[in-house]
Amino acid sequence: MSASIALHAGSLERQETASTREPAWVRVVLVSVALTFFSVFLLLPLGTVFAEGLRKGWGAYFDAMVNPDAWSAIKLTLLVAVIAVPLNLVFGLAASWAIAKFEFRGKRVLITLIDLPFSVSPVISGLIYVLMFGAQGWFGPWFYEHDIKIIFAVPGIVLATIFVTFPFVARELIPLMEAQGSEEEEAAVVLGASGWQVFRYTTLPNIKWGLLYGVILCNARAMGEFGAVSVVSGHIRGQTNTMPLHVEILYNEYNYAAAFAVASLLAVLAIITLGLKTLVERQTRRQLQDIDTPSGE
Amino acid sequence: MSIAIRNISKRFGAFKALDDVSIDIPSGELVALLGPSGCGKTTLLRIIAGLDFADQGQILLEGDDASARHVRDRHVGFVFQHYALFRHMSVADNVAFGLRVKPRRLRPSEAEIKRRVKRLLELVQLDWLADRYPSQLSGGQRQRIALARALAVEPKVLLLDEPFGALDAKVRKELRRWLRQLHDEIHVTSVFVTHDQEEALEVSDRVVVINKGKVEQIGTPESVYDHPATPFVANFLGSVNLFHGRVENGHLHVGDDALALGSTDGSDGKAVAFVRPHEFDLVPGWEARGGLPARIVRIVSVGPSAQIELTHHDGELIEVTIGREAFRLLGLSEGDQVSLRPRHIRVFPSEAQAA
Amino acid sequence: MASLRRFSPLPGFGLAMGYTLVYLAIIVVIPLTAVGAKTFTLGWDAFWAAVSSPRVVASYQLSFGASLLAAGINVVFGLIFAWVLVRYRFPGKGLVDSLVDLPFALPTAVAGIALATIYSQNGPVGKLLEPLGVEIAYTPKGVLLALVFIGLPFVVRTVQPVLADLEKEVEEAAAGLGASRWQTFCKIILPHIAPALLTGFAMAFARAVGEYGSVIFIAGNVPMVSEITPLMIITKLEQYDYAGATAVASVMLIISFVLLLIINGLQGWMQNRYARGA
Repeated sequence: MSASIALHAGSLERQETASTREPAWVRVVLVSVALTFFSVFLLLPLGTVFAEGLRKGWGAYFDAMVNPDAWSAIKLTLLVAVIAVPLNLVFGLAASWAIAKFEFRGKRVLITLIDLPFSVSPVISGLIYVLMFGAQGWFGPWFYEHDIKIIFAVPGIVLATIFVTFPFVARELIPLMEAQGSEEEEAAVVLGASGWQVFRYTTLPNIKWGLLYGVILCNARAMGEFGAVSVVSGHIRGQTNTMPLHVEILYNEYNYAAAFAVASLLAVLAIITLGLKTLVERQTRRQLQDIDTPSGE
Repeated sequence: MSIAIRNISKRFGAFKALDDVSIDIPSGELVALLGPSGCGKTTLLRIIAGLDFADQGQILLEGDDASARHVRDRHVGFVFQHYALFRHMSVADNVAFGLRVKPRRLRPSEAEIKRRVKRLLELVQLDWLADRYPSQLSGGQRQRIALARALAVEPKVLLLDEPFGALDAKVRKELRRWLRQLHDEIHVTSVFVTHDQEEALEVSDRVVVINKGKVEQIGTPESVYDHPATPFVANFLGSVNLFHGRVENGHLHVGDDALALGSTDGSDGKAVAFVRPHEFDLVPGWEARGGLPARIVRIVSVGPSAQIELTHHDGELIEVTIGREAFRLLGLSEGDQVSLRPRHIRVFPSEAQAA
Repeated sequence: MASLRRFSPLPGFGLAMGYTLVYLAIIVVIPLTAVGAKTFTLGWDAFWAAVSSPRVVASYQLSFGASLLAAGINVVFGLIFAWVLVRYRFPGKGLVDSLVDLPFALPTAVAGIALATIYSQNGPVGKLLEPLGVEIAYTPKGVLLALVFIGLPFVVRTVQPVLADLEKEVEEAAAGLGASRWQTFCKIILPHIAPALLTGFAMAFARAVGEYGSVIFIAGNVPMVSEITPLMIITKLEQYDYAGATAVASVMLIISFVLLLIINGLQGWMQNRYARGA
């Protein structure tokens, strides 16, 4: 079980017929309930972020962004994502190749372990690195002697981010590659392709949308992670504050407009993520339909 | 219960699925709706059941207009191509479903339900599977359970949508014989949809041939096979050789050759003619008058009859089937020249020809 | 390694597997074992004292109680969402379908401050509720609300494909046998989607128990009243009580793990009873 949301390529809609249609009032009630819940729980918070951010006008809004502390938070957030996402991407490819294309004992255990970070509280995700590298931790004293700072410094933030985003790419690719089987790859091997060529010309084109989706989700979480990063960061302004942490500081200082201004950047990131997700899902669905309906009957 | 289908039309967007269809089905008959895929036969069946509603026309059940009645209130049994068994229920629970959802005052006691389920499972010869789940059954068994489930509510009409379509050839043949026997036992008015002409001809009392949303012909299996009313029916039922030509003075002219037509009712003009493979006589040599000259390309002589492929001199392929013994006596082999004499030709004016 | 696997003509198993295991060990396995190791350095008495202090126990009650309740609420509303998205057409459907995942994509801190603002006394909803005597922000209700927010997509997205998967014919068969729409729902549709609902419930619950960012702003963090367990861990860490923090973390891990095992078992049992394929 994983706490991620898988990509769904199949059609998620269904045509109703006379015999399976609910009475009109039932339909109206259900749609109304859904739309009300949607407005109150999803639209309202999203709208609030932008409304509050702009409460003091565009001037204050941009001031909040160009503030040096905000800038350094933005840069740190991007840096963390630039390190964490590619690392997890490579891992995701390696893990899904090994798991989806080969049969071996202990596969289920391995998948469970890969999923593990999803079921661990973000706070605990941060805690484990404090236990490893903190002043009282296993390796802490050694690093301290060598004057390398991990906890309350950027490396700790990167590590915690890698942990919480660890399963995203693998989780998308494993089911996808399992569903596609190995026939195409085997055909490529028979035709004399090298290992790299097999991957480049048969596997990659088949998984590119799923891969993109995994990367999008991984990136969104990497930039937005709060709990785990909060534990290892130390909250040093201008140095170890990521954007979400900066939002927290501003909010706790009652500087609401600035907090929401920075938050709105993250909200835009979320909206872009969801937009890309919708796009990727549409692409995969199309790809799948092409496979399902070969020309002729 | 008799079914009367009156002027039913149904559109899906721009597509005309059914176009003014009228059929009368007397009580107790087993009727096949036969046609190619997409011809509207399943849509018609669903409209009879109340699973879909027609844009125009009426469905009369036992003389009463049921057009507006919900499927729940039509008391029809429906069997789906892919069984549609409830996979989380045991076989017995599947069969009992229709009884258990009855309003309390009409619902039989649990003991009575058990008894009836047992009887139905015996009827479909699967009483030993009562406690299994659908996923543990073979396709043929699933379809028989689906039938038992449909019969449990004692429907006045049984509707089957390609009931054997998802089964492999052998099971299919077994099951359709069994369906015929079952029908002879319980005599419930039944309509089944199929695209398989062999199935329709073998099982049903009457066949309704449908094409492009219209009824082409209604009749007994013998009559639709022997006396097709339209070129489509001639073409669709059984294998057939097709000739384009002209009718003049009681003869069909195909290229330079002329074939005598038994009757002279057809008017002169361009025509299309159908001859079934077993309706030819073979005469060695090209001299025989009143025949089509052809050359034997291939002979497959396996089983009780010989299948012979010939080419007419314009290159047209012709299939002929004759008794193996009769063929042996002719002493023909591949490459030989023969005259083909049709014993029976069905001629239709050319403009009426189906695509 | 080769003896553990079946032969395959494809290359790259050793490399891919080796990399996977090393990376997994460094990032996940070794750090997680640190929790266990640290917990064991504590004696039993110290451990028990850390995990059973009244304030911590109150936080378990809130965290697990509110998470269960939130996951339950999500099952109801998630099902409604999945239902209307799969079966009905209505204006704004595309937007709803895309934005259902918002709680998953929106950074938790952003959601947290937005919810806190909306439901505080001056907020757009809080203002309306105050005259009615209903306070949400800075109370356990606020915690529940935030957990409902973050859990919603898990139920919707697990149920949606399963609901779309249910063949129309099965429902038609039920109708043809005389079942009312409600009977069809209870006897046919609900059993079909029950495993997915349970999975969604478990995922929403697991996420809710560990959730931090979206909760702390609206919770108010009143000791004994609205402190969640992850906050207790942070509080202990801020007091440099690493052992105490680790002890509480291990209790959290164990309880969630046991609950998930139970739910997984239940789900396996449900699925085995009627394996797919009918």
